[in-house]
Amino acid sequence: MNKVQNNKAWFMVLPVLVIVALNAVVPLMTVVNYSVQDTFGNNVFFFEGTRWFSEVLASERFHGALGRQFSLTATILAIEIPLGVAIALAMPRSGFWASVCLVLMALPLLIPWNVVGAMWNIYALPDIGLLGYGLNWLGISYDYTQQPLAAWFTVILMDVWHWTSLVVLLAYAGLQSIDENYYRAAQIDGASRWAVFRYIQLPKMKHVLTIAILLRFMDSFMIYTEPFVLTGGGPGNSTTVLSIDLVKAALGEFNLGIASAMSIIYFLMTLLVCWLFYTITMQGEKS
Amino acid sequence: MLELMNVSKRVGNQDHIRDVSLRFDKGSLNVLLGPTLSGKTSLMRLMAGLDKPTSGDIHFNGESVVGMPVQKRNVAMVYQQFINYPAMSVYENIASPMRVAGVDGETIDRKVREAAALMKLSEFLDRTPLNLSGGQQQRTALARALVKGADLVLLDEPLANLDYKLREELRVELPKIFAETGAVFVYATTEPHEALLLGGKTAALSEGRVSQFGSTIDVYNRPADLITAQTFSDPPMNIVPMTKSGAAFAFGGVSVAVSGELAGLADGAYKVAIRPHHLMLHAPSGETLAQETRVSTTEITGSESFIHVETEGLRWVALTHGVHRVEVGDKVPVYLDPRSFFVFDQQDRLVAAPSQDGLPHEDLASASAGHG
Amino acid sequence: MAQITLDKLAHSYFPNPQGEADFALKEIDYVWEDGGAYALLGPSGCGKTTLLNIISGLLVPSRGRILFGEEDVTQYAPEQRNIAQVFQFPVIYDTMTVAQNLAFPLVNRKVPRDEIDKRVADMIKVLDLGDKANRKAQGLTADEKQKISLGRGLVRYDVNAILFDEPLTVIDPHLKWQLRTKLKELHHEFGHTMIYVTHDQTEALTFADKVVVMYEGEVVQIGTPEELFDEPAHTFVGYFIGSPGMNVVPCSVAGDRLQLGGQEIALPRRYAPLEGQVEMGVRPEFVKLSANGEGIPVSISTVEDIGRFKIVRALLEGRSFNAVLPEGAEIPAEASAVIDPTRIGIYHDSHLVRGEA
Repeated sequence: MNKVQNNKAWFMVLPVLVIVALNAVVPLMTVVNYSVQDTFGNNVFFFEGTRWFSEVLASERFHGALGRQFSLTATILAIEIPLGVAIALAMPRSGFWASVCLVLMALPLLIPWNVVGAMWNIYALPDIGLLGYGLNWLGISYDYTQQPLAAWFTVILMDVWHWTSLVVLLAYAGLQSIDENYYRAAQIDGASRWAVFRYIQLPKMKHVLTIAILLRFMDSFMIYTEPFVLTGGGPGNSTTVLSIDLVKAALGEFNLGIASAMSIIYFLMTLLVCWLFYTITMQGEKS
Repeated sequence: MLELMNVSKRVGNQDHIRDVSLRFDKGSLNVLLGPTLSGKTSLMRLMAGLDKPTSGDIHFNGESVVGMPVQKRNVAMVYQQFINYPAMSVYENIASPMRVAGVDGETIDRKVREAAALMKLSEFLDRTPLNLSGGQQQRTALARALVKGADLVLLDEPLANLDYKLREELRVELPKIFAETGAVFVYATTEPHEALLLGGKTAALSEGRVSQFGSTIDVYNRPADLITAQTFSDPPMNIVPMTKSGAAFAFGGVSVAVSGELAGLADGAYKVAIRPHHLMLHAPSGETLAQETRVSTTEITGSESFIHVETEGLRWVALTHGVHRVEVGDKVPVYLDPRSFFVFDQQDRLVAAPSQDGLPHEDLASASAGHG
Repeated sequence: MAQITLDKLAHSYFPNPQGEADFALKEIDYVWEDGGAYALLGPSGCGKTTLLNIISGLLVPSRGRILFGEEDVTQYAPEQRNIAQVFQFPVIYDTMTVAQNLAFPLVNRKVPRDEIDKRVADMIKVLDLGDKANRKAQGLTADEKQKISLGRGLVRYDVNAILFDEPLTVIDPHLKWQLRTKLKELHHEFGHTMIYVTHDQTEALTFADKVVVMYEGEVVQIGTPEELFDEPAHTFVGYFIGSPGMNVVPCSVAGDRLQLGGQEIALPRRYAPLEGQVEMGVRPEFVKLSANGEGIPVSISTVEDIGRFKIVRALLEGRSFNAVLPEGAEIPAEASAVIDPTRIGIYHDSHLVRGEA
């Protein structure tokens, strides 16, 4: 079926384009501007070319933040995607309990980032927080203000708690679109639970899971509030991921050139990874 | 009057419609007949103004309507899927196009009740469409198209999703109902039988091309080419490659004498097509060509039998009245009667068709009375 | 393969049905022979899908038992019943190739690899899918997909029955022919018990040895296509089977005399006096039109020339009365209907009454 062709449709999109231009493209251009210049104040700028970029790309600090960022994102995706799919599979497909589950699942998504941060910050405190106290009581030494591993674990826990629901809802929507007859046919063909998942549910969820992975990748790659509220990137540099590092450079050290170069590099990286992932998934579709 | 002039439509690198020219008169019933993907829906979308042709022009009452948005044109369309406003009552569904047009309440009420009575929906006016059967839902959509008073009514396989018997009843009613409105009426279908029941004119479509356009029964009786003949035959035509020399047609080493139009054709190779009900299992009177075949399947409907046979690598089907019992694997002779030959040349163009009065036929009642 | 016994089967979707009206499927007691081809025919909502779901194991009937051979399977789940089913919309495994699709039920049942390869190769040949064996099933046409659905049932040589739920709905008319004849051939070759649900009389009659006609939850007649055509047990069967359906008009019958439209027709049988609604039914195929005043006067409203024959729609005493005439027949302007008396059925409260010879 071909789509309706109507050039007037572009006029409808125009207001959005204007808003996007004002709030995204213009600030981005400012950043581009800063990233190639230097200043000693008084609004006097010197053109520096690619100096900030080479400096950033060569620095130990950037390599460290990038490494931490990738391991954090990878861990988050490795937990949230399978967990989300598993929960979606376990949810009832219709009726009263299906609605209850959906509401429960939607709850974490309604809570703002900094509230989530503050909640877990207190919850995980080793002296008064239920989680922190409980773990220590069980004989597990846990203090996120002192132990890098504990801080790392807490950040991941926060993100999983906050965002797994999104994967669940997307996967659930994908599952709902499967016609009942597919399950009946598989039953008749004697398919195991695993075969049903592998040959019916997974192929039908492919599109929504692609979207889920993209969203979770972009979001977690830009993660800021959680580590910031928890330890401000500490202890040491253990939770200083890209955006924390960026803010430190921009506002802590007022290194505008370096910070701008960093932002552009991050932006390009996110774009590249998303594009690669999307192209690869969609190519499999065509062949 | 709707006129399509050399209309083509390309999407990407695919030709959806290829150089179609058609003229539909005011108050006429026109059938678009063709298999799925032959371009029926694409053509209807062009007629409605939902799509723009890549080339060519579309005129309505002498004025070009290409580029005129569909909202500004007085067009009604009914689809294969039952499309109604789910939250509105049947009454409001039918009234909706008049509400948009700002017709006064009294007129709306009168027209809705008239249309509902025609479509046998009077007792369901207060219900919402989801509480109706498929047939009632589709009748609601049809009633809405009816009250709109459209100049052009496009029906895209409107009965395809309905029960067989319901389809039969609506098929009889629809042409009558729409004929009274004076609109140009276009009806797309995949079924030759449906086209014949509707009558009017038929445009046979295949692969985006109109292979023939004319009065339905004429297109059926004199298909211009083999593809039209195939489009307009259900069950499919039986194709027999034959050679003509002198006053005889030969197939598989056997020949049959012909006279009249057939005898006048130039000698050479032809493709002869025979309708299933003209493939005889009993020798009719007159000259025929007998061919030994092997039965591959039989289907009996109680009033008719379909006998599928194979011979010389060809698959044919014979349709006879009454119950004709043969076993699969049996050898049976079938008789090819030159009076029923559609003869096509090597370019698939029709060169001779059976004359309507000389056709061999069985007497229905006596053939059926022969068993039981 | 097995004989299927429906033992006083009935189903209601209400937990505590109150009386007949609550039953979506009224009591049916019937034996389906091993290797038979059966069709369940009726309009939507007639209970045919309910019956199919009971056979496939999706529904447990409120009353009665269902037996495959000697075994009571009433409480068995679908996978325990060893049946195959082809649905209205083709169900295929998109990510697998055609061959993998066909192998799937065998792989699940742990059939040895070389046996699977052999059976799949055979099946691909039988279904004429040779050139597509290693293609992804996703890109195939609807009829090819439907063939694969059927093939997944056929590769399991031992299925008790193959169920079809309106399998030709999404198939083009000219392909319907091919698929239908293929189905007949396969039935002939493999000899499975096949049960075919449809609302399309042509599909039902051409496919089945025996057709079960259902109406409002009730089986109104079970018979061969000939029986349904020649002697409809109920006016609904007369109407539903045949295109156009049987002509049914009120009349009065006394002994072997039938009074209709001011005329008397001598019947070949005698009937006992009948109370209530009496109607005569005759198929349009057995009505001839006469120009010389012989028979019962009718007024012709339309003539539909559908090529192979002509349908004459007329009124007899204000009621619709159709005749089917052969290709090329003349239609008289002042017509009267001549009815073949041996083809007349007498219906009392919609049910066929058999007279005495």
